Amino acid sequence: MAKSRASGRPFRLFRNINAKLAAIPMILTAMVVFVGFSAWTITYSFTRSRLLPKLDFVGLGQYERLWASDKWLISIQNLVIFGICMLVLSFVIGFLLACLLDQKIRFEGVFRTILLYPFALSFVVTGLVWQWILNPDFGIQSIIRGMGWQSFTFDPLNDGRIVIFGVVIAALWQGTGFVMVLMLAGLRGIDDEIWKASRVDGVPAWKTYLFVVVPMLRPVFVTTLVIVTAGIVKVYDLVVAQTGGGPGIASEVPAKYVYDQMFLNQNLGQGFAASTMMLLTVAIIIIPWAYLEFGGRRRG
Amino acid sequence: MMHQTVAATETSLAIRGLQLSFGAIQVLKDVNMEIGRGEFIVLLGGSGSGKSTILNCIAGLLDITDGQIFINGRNVTWDEPKDRGIGMVFQSYALYPQMSVRGNLAFGLKNARLPKDEIARRIDRAARILQIEEYLDRKPGALSGGQRQRVAIGRALVRDVDVFLFDEPLSNLDAKLRAELRVEIKRLHEKLGNTMVYVTHDQIEAMTLADRIALLRHGVIQQFASPDEIYRRPVNLYVAGFIGSPAMNFLKGRIEGGDFLFNAHRIPLAGYDGNPRDGEAILGIRPEHTTCTLGNGGLSAAVELQENMGAESVLHLSLEGQRFALRTSDDTRHPEGTRLSLSFDISRASLFDPQSELRL
Amino acid sequence: MADITFEGPYGRRPRSRISAQNIVIYSVLTLVAIYYLIPLYVMVVTSLKGLPEIRMGNIFSPPIEATFEPWARAWSSACTGLNCDGLQRGFWNSVRITVPSVVFSILIASINGYALANWRFKGSEVFFAVLMIGAFIPYQVMIYPMVILLRELGIYGTLTGLVLVHTIFGMPILTLLFRNYFTTLPEELFKAARVDGTGFWGIYFRIMLPLSVPMLVVAVILQATNIWNDFLFGVVFTRPEYYPMTVQLNNIVNTTTGVREYNVNMAATILTGLVPLLIYFVSGRLFVRGIAAGAVKG
Repeated sequence: MAKSRASGRPFRLFRNINAKLAAIPMILTAMVVFVGFSAWTITYSFTRSRLLPKLDFVGLGQYERLWASDKWLISIQNLVIFGICMLVLSFVIGFLLACLLDQKIRFEGVFRTILLYPFALSFVVTGLVWQWILNPDFGIQSIIRGMGWQSFTFDPLNDGRIVIFGVVIAALWQGTGFVMVLMLAGLRGIDDEIWKASRVDGVPAWKTYLFVVVPMLRPVFVTTLVIVTAGIVKVYDLVVAQTGGGPGIASEVPAKYVYDQMFLNQNLGQGFAASTMMLLTVAIIIIPWAYLEFGGRRRG
Repeated sequence: MMHQTVAATETSLAIRGLQLSFGAIQVLKDVNMEIGRGEFIVLLGGSGSGKSTILNCIAGLLDITDGQIFINGRNVTWDEPKDRGIGMVFQSYALYPQMSVRGNLAFGLKNARLPKDEIARRIDRAARILQIEEYLDRKPGALSGGQRQRVAIGRALVRDVDVFLFDEPLSNLDAKLRAELRVEIKRLHEKLGNTMVYVTHDQIEAMTLADRIALLRHGVIQQFASPDEIYRRPVNLYVAGFIGSPAMNFLKGRIEGGDFLFNAHRIPLAGYDGNPRDGEAILGIRPEHTTCTLGNGGLSAAVELQENMGAESVLHLSLEGQRFALRTSDDTRHPEGTRLSLSFDISRASLFDPQSELRL
Repeated sequence: MADITFEGPYGRRPRSRISAQNIVIYSVLTLVAIYYLIPLYVMVVTSLKGLPEIRMGNIFSPPIEATFEPWARAWSSACTGLNCDGLQRGFWNSVRITVPSVVFSILIASINGYALANWRFKGSEVFFAVLMIGAFIPYQVMIYPMVILLRELGIYGTLTGLVLVHTIFGMPILTLLFRNYFTTLPEELFKAARVDGTGFWGIYFRIMLPLSVPMLVVAVILQATNIWNDFLFGVVFTRPEYYPMTVQLNNIVNTTTGVREYNVNMAATILTGLVPLLIYFVSGRLFVRGIAAGAVKG
């Protein structure tokens, strides 16, 4: 330090030293937790670890077992169905609702508040409420039967073939408001003069939405897509609370598979392999997006 | 009834008793205008004066509270914007960003189900007039501000209408481009001969473009006259102060027997354009209508600051404790404190009543 | 102006207030709003009924005899697999988790954001990019190594450990929020303070922190809701006696011992949802700003 001062130039590392010290928690989080931990898990997914992690490599053995496991295959199938339904429905409904709220209506704030409140709730709360509403003996099914339609059957939570749609119903209730708010913010960001121009041009509102507004909202759609997808891959507490993965293993999802393998079945290697597959899924979505987003921004 | 048929052949756009309120707030108060075919009208005013509001009412983008709007002798008060026979150019250009220039020009026409060859013909014509042929297939994002503005004008042009509405079309451009496009709009007007209504807050744009200027304040037209008339014979103090830079100088005094009394000075009003009666008055004199000679005689003032602009210079003076600006093309340097004796070109001065603020 | 003829249309365009379009808009929105409110309504009415009434009636009918007994039971005597002292334990655990987690995560993230916005150093943007990408890594990938780390530090299973976990995983979004906020503040302010000789911490505490009050409020709302609603970290990183409210709620409802007390379950569910709902309804627009700011990056 003294030496460098004598030469008139502070030592590089010490320039801005306070900022660097202040950033240590961030650097540790980024490098140790996000990079280091992920690398650790990926590494150990190639080992035979069971109760305790140990570096006893088995190559792709864990992955072979994973993809041969019924529970995992059902988890993946559920995730795909759940993901597609969530994306399509939350986008379509969210966008339509945003368009309705964008019509300079009265009580906009009231409607928005109502549509968004489920998003403030925990997935556990959401799961439990919908478990109750979909309860066959007291909920929707029993009410409709009580109205005289004796053969009516709607019991998703106890029917393995459709249980995942029961989860979709709950997840939509919680998440659509969020998509709507993002879309509404996007709609509000559109220059009012665009609307005026299209009125002078004599273009009906629905055509303006379809041909002018929707293309303009592309960045909002992409961002929403990424966020919603990342949320879908992580879905865990909702399933635990609403179905517990049942009936049987019919509503298992990858995140739950990981937890069960790691903390209940003492089968760490499987857990690591499964979580690595989750990471891979997210990476496939995030990397092209990040590339477009940040690559594009540098040019602009 | 007779009157209306006559008016229809001469008047392109008429606004009668136009009022607009949002709740209790009155934005426009009884606006009346008759605009002849091919006239270039500028709506001039500061922010909140209601100039853009009038334009939006003409376009039908705002529902009016009272009054009527006629375009080409047709009552369009309740018509949709597209049926009014207007084209509009916006400040932010409002081009559809995901469509090519051609797509932007064609969008409204396609929607009106015009035949394909007619659409192509109109786009070609507009592109030729505005010299945007080369970038018809580009997207707006790839164009410069000036090019975008031309496309926006093109979108109004292809509608083949008689009345063009411009809502501050140049305010998003830098000063140099603004001056260039101003000339182009003027040329375009001469070439097309359409009626144009143009909103701006820039008095230079107004003075150079307009056949007539409507100067607005608080939703009321203060004066609706040619630029020359507005400059020479402002109807009230507000108009007098708004037009011209540096602003008109105002001297408080009184009129007595054909002379204007300012403090101890007696300024003869011979040659004044009007017949002012005796009483309290304000004399308005523009910086460029004042001449000065070195010396202490008569109405004399001290130099506080000289702004040299090359071709001319503006002297900021202190005239008996009051600020006074003087514009001169004489490039003599006057140090601070120099005393100058002033004389006014009374034939170009204005007198105002201090109570009503109206011109005498 | 004698020639003003009010022939033909004049004044406001006659437009009926109840146009077909408006009827469609309002009825669709009202139906959707009712659908969204049904679960809340069902929760409340179920929690106010006695068990016999639940068994007889349907879940939508209002309680004939409203009773707060299920609420009292849910709060103080409902059973999880382990004990029967109700949700109150979970509630206080959640408070003890949420409050320090919110404070620490926001403090650290705001310092990060400040350093990133105003004191860029070589590599700072790289760390930030890694942090942002990290926000998308599924937690499942990182939880086991995190367990090991906490065990090594001797805080596995404790509230301290969980607070650390929340601070770490809340960092990306909060750092982004503060960095973006600080970059919108005029740079001259920062430069002026530097010229005056104020240092890193001086500028942070005396200028940036007071100016960031609006962002702090948004961050508190965002974090308090997120941490209160967390389930996964609570399950993984704490011992049963420290379980947060969400975990305890799940245990109360989903452990099948004896008779299922639906009314108590729903009362417990509302109780758990009450804190975030209160935050949401009180903060209103700020909540929306928080999630929008977090979501629409840039």
